[in-house]
Amino acid sequence: MEPKETTSEAQAGTQFEPEIVAFCCHYCAFAAADLAGVMRLSYPPNVKIIRIPCTGKLDIGYIFKAFEKGADGIIVAGCEEGSCHFQKGNLVAKKRVAYAKQLLRSIGMDDNRLEMYNLSSAMGSRFAQIATEMTDRIKKLGPSPLGRKKNDQVEEIKK
Amino acid sequence: MITAVQKPIDEIAGMAFRHKRILIVGCGSCVTVCFAGGEKEVKTLASLLRMKAKMENRELAIDEITIERQCDHEFIDKIAALVEKADAVISVACGAGAQLIAEKFPNKIVYPGLNTTFLGITEQQGIWKERCQGCGSCLIDKTGGICPIARCAKNLLNGPCGGSSDGKCEINPETECAWQLIYDRLKQLGQLDSLEEILPAKDWTTSRDGGPRKIVREDLKQ
Repeated sequence: MEPKETTSEAQAGTQFEPEIVAFCCHYCAFAAADLAGVMRLSYPPNVKIIRIPCTGKLDIGYIFKAFEKGADGIIVAGCEEGSCHFQKGNLVAKKRVAYAKQLLRSIGMDDNRLEMYNLSSAMGSRFAQIATEMTDRIKKLGPSPLGRKKNDQVEEIKK
Repeated sequence: MITAVQKPIDEIAGMAFRHKRILIVGCGSCVTVCFAGGEKEVKTLASLLRMKAKMENRELAIDEITIERQCDHEFIDKIAALVEKADAVISVACGAGAQLIAEKFPNKIVYPGLNTTFLGITEQQGIWKERCQGCGSCLIDKTGGICPIARCAKNLLNGPCGGSSDGKCEINPETECAWQLIYDRLKQLGQLDSLEEILPAKDWTTSRDGGPRKIVREDLKQ
């Protein structure tokens, strides 16, 4: 099914500041983000980093929960292919992100709101570039069709 | 195990969106192993439905629970309170599980979230293949441990047919000819002479042709 989202850059307005969640692998992207800071590189403050032990730990549920809680875009950032600290966690994540994109399309959400990147811990400037790229992309896409507000109609079973 | 695949989200949403509050019930057995209806799949499905409902401005509350097995009364009894709270239940279990929930709660609407597919094996993670059709009268002792009922497209008892070519079946070049497999295995076992025995026409009354089946064990029955 084709995405049903129709929000354009013009509709979104110039004031729209997206919330972007970046799930960053401890061994590469998280260190790269740290390096970007040490290098005094500036990147959009829209990107909120969540450190995970490996992108292979990323469950599709984390991605959907972030969207449900109001994220406009999600970055999954793992090690370069062939360099995973846990051998193939990033390759597992690659397939999982592709599947999550497929599921997002199935409900009519633009799958460009989710993207996976691969970089090493030495790539501080690349991290800043990714953060900028994704922020620009989501600004063009406009706010998430789910809205910023927490879904108060939902009652989850707390176990 | 019993294998299943999740129904398309639009089909599930079509059922769920008729109600304001639904309960999604997962099953911790076969469909968890084949990644169709376990705890994670229940969470994913609930998220997708919530997101879709929100995008379409619909009011929908979703409860989620995954029980050990949906085909046993004692596990279903434990979720009675949750089922009562919901307007409808989406069962992400095999058809047996979904039907037992419907049977246990006669006033509750129960929808299937999965398409139950076959009795099969995990060939590797992400690939499952059919191996048994539950015909009620196993004959693989005569066919080298390979079932011609489940694995031959024509259920031939004395194959192969003329559609077997280079070990593949005429229905699909990727499907192995069951009788080629049987021949190869019997040859490996030095039992090719068993192919000289003609298998008589099968009595299908033990299978579906005899109607819904039932097993009664007097020694276990209460």
